[in-house]
Amino acid sequence: MTRSAWLALSLLLAAPLLAGGPLPAERELELRNLLIQDCGSCHGLRLRGGLGPALLPQQLQGKSADYLSLVILEGRPGTAMPGWRPLLSPAEAQWMARLLLDGTALGDKGT
Amino acid sequence: MKRSVAGLLLAALALPLFAARGTGDLGLVIERASGSIQIVETSGNTGIGRVEGLGDLSHASAVYSRDARFAYIFGRDGGLTRVDILDGAITHRNLQAGNSIGGAISQDGSLVAVSNYEPGGVRIFDSATLQLVADIPASYGQQLSSKVIGLVDAPGQKFVFALWDAGEIWVVDMSERGNPQITKFSDVGSNPYDALITPDGRYYIAGLFGEDGMALLDLWNLDAGVRRILPDYGRGEQKLPVYKMPHLEGWAVAGDLAFVPAIGRHEVLVIDMRDWRQAGRIAVKGQPVFVMARPDGRQVWVNFALPDNDTIQVIDTQSLALIRELKPGKGVLHMEFEPRGEEVWLSVRDENRVDVYDTASFARKASIEAQKPSGIFFTARAHRIGL
Repeated sequence: MTRSAWLALSLLLAAPLLAGGPLPAERELELRNLLIQDCGSCHGLRLRGGLGPALLPQQLQGKSADYLSLVILEGRPGTAMPGWRPLLSPAEAQWMARLLLDGTALGDKGT
Repeated sequence: MKRSVAGLLLAALALPLFAARGTGDLGLVIERASGSIQIVETSGNTGIGRVEGLGDLSHASAVYSRDARFAYIFGRDGGLTRVDILDGAITHRNLQAGNSIGGAISQDGSLVAVSNYEPGGVRIFDSATLQLVADIPASYGQQLSSKVIGLVDAPGQKFVFALWDAGEIWVVDMSERGNPQITKFSDVGSNPYDALITPDGRYYIAGLFGEDGMALLDLWNLDAGVRRILPDYGRGEQKLPVYKMPHLEGWAVAGDLAFVPAIGRHEVLVIDMRDWRQAGRIAVKGQPVFVMARPDGRQVWVNFALPDNDTIQVIDTQSLALIRELKPGKGVLHMEFEPRGEEVWLSVRDENRVDVYDTASFARKASIEAQKPSGIFFTARAHRIGL
């Protein structure tokens, strides 16, 4: 395989990661449900906090999508936050992190 | 005369859900996304009404007045709501805190207590008016405030609860309504996540998230203090991620044995209540969330956290063997046995259904539509200690 073909292939593979999407629409629905219903068990159905902290944009100010997706994937040792890597891909965690940051996780606007 | 007849007619039209009837076969299902409860009956297994406007009901729970007519719903948003389940109407509502987790009703039925995350503590209300009677902040250390979990009622007009951040258990005696007596136990273990009280109201047991083991308090002998049981149930083993915090309200007792979820292990732990030692570990499909005994104690039903929350497993309490696995659907969040145990109700959240199963044949007997159902609470709880 030529070098440019490798480059094209690796770009192709990395693209969904870098761009954070596109995820299949059906999967996005599942993730949104997961975010509200399952993350919501600890963080509140309206993300205003519970056993875990609130996850509204104002609480997340200054945190990047990369950082948040890392927390989602790896959890926070010493706390009740588990690592979700067995259940979520990095692209999916990124997508959820962005939903939290732009305040559309609750489904008021956006996709 | 005419006017009063018309008045009576109007009053009748103000829609009680039923003609005169008892409440012993009634219950409610929390519909968490829509902030509503559905009122259900277990004789014909049907839904008979819906009450809306209860706020954020994630992790909501309920207790009943001693006459089993009024339900007190504890919402996540701090809302405490008193619902007349016969009229299908809210009678009182009090947004009593910013963020709360559950509640309890006193032995004599006159007080309702709510445990709060924000501000951390317990608030106690008059059960008829929802007026504040006592405010008990969960303060510890240097002006720190703890989230409160595992609040239950206990005999002697007491409430017992645990402090997640502080690792403490507090007993509040409300025998003198205006003068709460608080007994505190510290260093009970790291991060108590929920607690239960035995059906006789004697033992309070908090599960620990931050370490193996459970904290046991004998309410008949408070001077003996809190002691640790099952301190090393998973020593040396890698903990698995816990995608949903287990619950301990459904105390599963069969004879001298008690069944509780392990934390971070796919096991149900069996405790011999005569000496509080571990009597067994039953390997199950995933992280158990609820471990509940059928009222006769012959079976224990278990549901699970993600990714196994489509499954129920049933344990036979004589052989400690798994005897059945069911796949009710996606998001099996909660179970509630009918008072004598012939049927069990399961909420299947992601499929917007509550299913009723026969516990002898394991056949599905009925299915009721519900909006993102979670907790199911039958009125029989009105007459049980700790529920």
